[in-house]
Amino acid sequence: MEFKQWNNFKNGDWKHEINVRDFIQNNYTPYEGDSTFLASTTDKTKKLWDKVLELYKKEKESNGGVLDIDTKTISTVSAHEAGYIDKDLEEIVGLQTDAPLKRAIMPFGGIRIVEKSCEAYGRKIDPEVDEIFHKYRKTHNDGVFSVYTPDIRAARSSHLITGLPDGYGRGRIIGDYRRVALYGIDVLIAEKKKDLEVLDTDEFTEDIIREREEISEQIDALNELKVMASKYGFDISKPASNSKEAVQWLYFGYLGAIKDQNGAAMSLGRTSTFLDIYFERDLSNGSLTEEQAQEIMDHFVMKLRLVRFLRTPEYNELFSGDPVWVTESIGGMGIDGRTLVTKNSFRILHTLENLGPAPEPNLTVLWSTRLPEGFKRYTTSLSIKTSSIQYENDDLMRITLGDDYGIACCVSPMKIGKQMQFFGARANLAKTLLYAINGGRDENSGKQVTPKYQPVTSEYLDYDDVMEKFDQMMDYVAKIYIKALNAIHYMHDKYSYEAIEMALHDKDIIRTMACGIAGISVVADSLSAIKYAKVKVIRDETGLAVNYEIEGDFPKYGNDDERVDEIAVDIVKRFIRKLQKHHTYRNSKHTLSILTITSNVVYGKNTGNTPDGRKSGAPFGPGANPLHGRDTNGALAVMNTIAKLPFEQAEDGISYTFSITPNTLGKTEDERITNLVNMLDGYFKQTGHHINVNVFDRSLLEDAMEHPEKYPQLTIRVSGYAVNFTKLTREQQLDVINRTIHERI
Amino acid sequence: MENLDLRYYAKVHSIESFGTVDGPGLRFVVFLQGCHLECKYCHNRDTWDMSLGEYKSLEDIFEKIMKYKNYIHPNGGVTITGGEPLLQVKFLIELFTKLKKENIHTCIDTSGMVSLTKDIKHLLSLTDLVLLDIKHIDSKKSKNLVGQNNEKELQFAKYLSDNNIKMWIRQVIVPGYTDDENDLLKLKEFISTLKNVEKIELLPYHNMGKYKWKNLNLDYELENVRPANDDDINRAKKILGIS
Repeated sequence: MEFKQWNNFKNGDWKHEINVRDFIQNNYTPYEGDSTFLASTTDKTKKLWDKVLELYKKEKESNGGVLDIDTKTISTVSAHEAGYIDKDLEEIVGLQTDAPLKRAIMPFGGIRIVEKSCEAYGRKIDPEVDEIFHKYRKTHNDGVFSVYTPDIRAARSSHLITGLPDGYGRGRIIGDYRRVALYGIDVLIAEKKKDLEVLDTDEFTEDIIREREEISEQIDALNELKVMASKYGFDISKPASNSKEAVQWLYFGYLGAIKDQNGAAMSLGRTSTFLDIYFERDLSNGSLTEEQAQEIMDHFVMKLRLVRFLRTPEYNELFSGDPVWVTESIGGMGIDGRTLVTKNSFRILHTLENLGPAPEPNLTVLWSTRLPEGFKRYTTSLSIKTSSIQYENDDLMRITLGDDYGIACCVSPMKIGKQMQFFGARANLAKTLLYAINGGRDENSGKQVTPKYQPVTSEYLDYDDVMEKFDQMMDYVAKIYIKALNAIHYMHDKYSYEAIEMALHDKDIIRTMACGIAGISVVADSLSAIKYAKVKVIRDETGLAVNYEIEGDFPKYGNDDERVDEIAVDIVKRFIRKLQKHHTYRNSKHTLSILTITSNVVYGKNTGNTPDGRKSGAPFGPGANPLHGRDTNGALAVMNTIAKLPFEQAEDGISYTFSITPNTLGKTEDERITNLVNMLDGYFKQTGHHINVNVFDRSLLEDAMEHPEKYPQLTIRVSGYAVNFTKLTREQQLDVINRTIHERI
Repeated sequence: MENLDLRYYAKVHSIESFGTVDGPGLRFVVFLQGCHLECKYCHNRDTWDMSLGEYKSLEDIFEKIMKYKNYIHPNGGVTITGGEPLLQVKFLIELFTKLKKENIHTCIDTSGMVSLTKDIKHLLSLTDLVLLDIKHIDSKKSKNLVGQNNEKELQFAKYLSDNNIKMWIRQVIVPGYTDDENDLLKLKEFISTLKNVEKIELLPYHNMGKYKWKNLNLDYELENVRPANDDDINRAKKILGIS
């Protein structure tokens, strides 16, 4: 292949096949300097951003924080007409609907959720749409519930397994949106047609037929993407010819995805270093200045900050603050030892300064101890200023994922364009433990949820007895869990296939079945209490264990104490092995995450008293965090505990949210940066996987709770993503405030 | 427990995996039990009494520190504070010998109010940085404030200077006690005679340790002294000629 748009790019395999990584490796310019080259906002950016802020304000004042809904147009890649904030000011164009912050309806996932959402915000879905999806068109949600078995339904409604994507889009698929810019749509279609030839076989099996159908849907979607771009006056059939076009083409690819799918997490991938190649070419031929480069990135990021989905208030309880996880993975090292940090890695982070802090895009730094010092210091200085960045261990992930992976959602790494996951939410292991003690009866309702197991009958809990029963109950939960996920993803593929995202993948991809655990710290502490202290069971008149009395002290998770940490590690290893016993849909690989997002609050709410002394209804620790206040040996001890959890067995990610006051981090700005850099280096050397870094005083959050109007852009990191603090529910705000904020006098 | 070999056991008040204020970088901080001074403003009153605290073995403490090597090496290190850490000098010699073998930065937070024995000198040869808390430049006022005159600590400072050992000079600014202009000028003059002073740190007096006195049923003599504020610190800094 050869295009004039590729002038001055170095040759490589990428010219003969779809191979973005090869293009990057042959053409990018590592940047080892500091942030002094960065440009501030242009007038145009300021004007445009002011308009966005105005829109935010209106949105916030609207019913339920939803500005507007297009209740008529069934959203597809090309369904909506072009929309603008202010056409004359926008360097990068494209909105999900025909107006900013107007939400689209995406009923293929489920019509009921769309109806409920519309009603929650005082709107009604168009009768014609309603009729189509009730009468003629089955949805993902319908499909799943038509096959769910009684045991799945029981586990689901008792909150043993929760957050399942059976009523909403699964998300967590990253299209390789860079392909749109590098190759243009026509090449991508031609390549897909070649794939179809491969699939023209003598044995026309079910798998082959399905794949052929999927690829033809992908081709349709690519054609639709062209139509959508043409509505904005662009022809994206050919490669992008300069940096502005590259950003625009890439964004169109992403925009297609977010018009097509209301996925739980709609992540962007690893785009900034790719784009840097175009910026460098334009900067060196004099057709672009640094100010203009930054302006393009600022405008791009503004678009990413406008991504919205129509969701129900219940969804908000699980994943609070209207997150969309436009996760962008930045930095990291190449396997040849060169850093993948470029000037454009700085530019995208710099939007936090130019436009102010914001939860989206979910800026994720792939940290290596070998990252250039200037970049380390810049990202940490921004963390200290904005609490808007998360860090993930590139040195750890590069081993299995190479150097062109990205993070979907919060912590889920996947090779871009070569891997996708079947998102599986999480099993509540704390509740599983209580079910083990009660023989499968729910500790709150008393209902028999699982088949009858032998409950614990002794007055005091015996470690071996409980472990044996817990092990059996985990077997049961693992079985139901995989059954549910198989049903969900079968139906999602069937009724709500992500054609445009999958069009930006290779033909043969790795699929993972991404299971998860909630309540790891509660389980570890409970088992530790049973093992090292004495735990007396309090039963109600029906014999149901409803409370526990602890006599004596016990080692607590989060203090770098081997006695309890090894219990947590053991549980992770046991649970993944149990999952692995079960066949998965499309032979996907079983993976596990230790991540709760903000649902730790809801899971806790639905879980009774636990043997560690946690009260009924109290939140769990988020992700892999210790329970609030249980860590007493300082921040590094917590990090060491969490770093012990094995990424090899939890390769869908292990989330840690860390908060510290500025004064604890150091006396001067310079010291704070150095200390944070050393802390991250240390944590990742210990093989920690992920960390959210928040730097703020408790008093700031308390003030923001009382006077939200003073803090329109206050952003904090919660489990795996960032949120606008004032958009959290009061319950969740309190949860954040009550979490350990490390300080020492 | 009296028969323990004090080269291999220390009386420990507490351990903190994460410190940023006692020395450069991230610090693993060991608070040793026991102090022979009686600072009226002490915010760790519970560290004085040698009969309190817990014996911990050298091996135990060393292993604990090594668990944090990834964070504290090479930019941070270990800080021993207390109490008065130099009261357990024999233990510290053993600990620092091991730490130096691992290339870990060693730091002692001390009043320097000890005699310069052979052991102390040995320990200082293994010490990368001393946080020297000069209690008061005026000997009489020192006696009143902390129970000892300042002769030993000034000698200690001179020894550090003569032997090329790096130090950070610290002083707690207690309004009405340590912030007299003439005293601060005298302090400035004394510091100017020292080599290897990398930093001068003024620590604002606060009363957040008051409850510890109350818990021990002791009178808190500085009941009516207000905590030092930014203005106090800036004024003192100005007098000392530091920014």
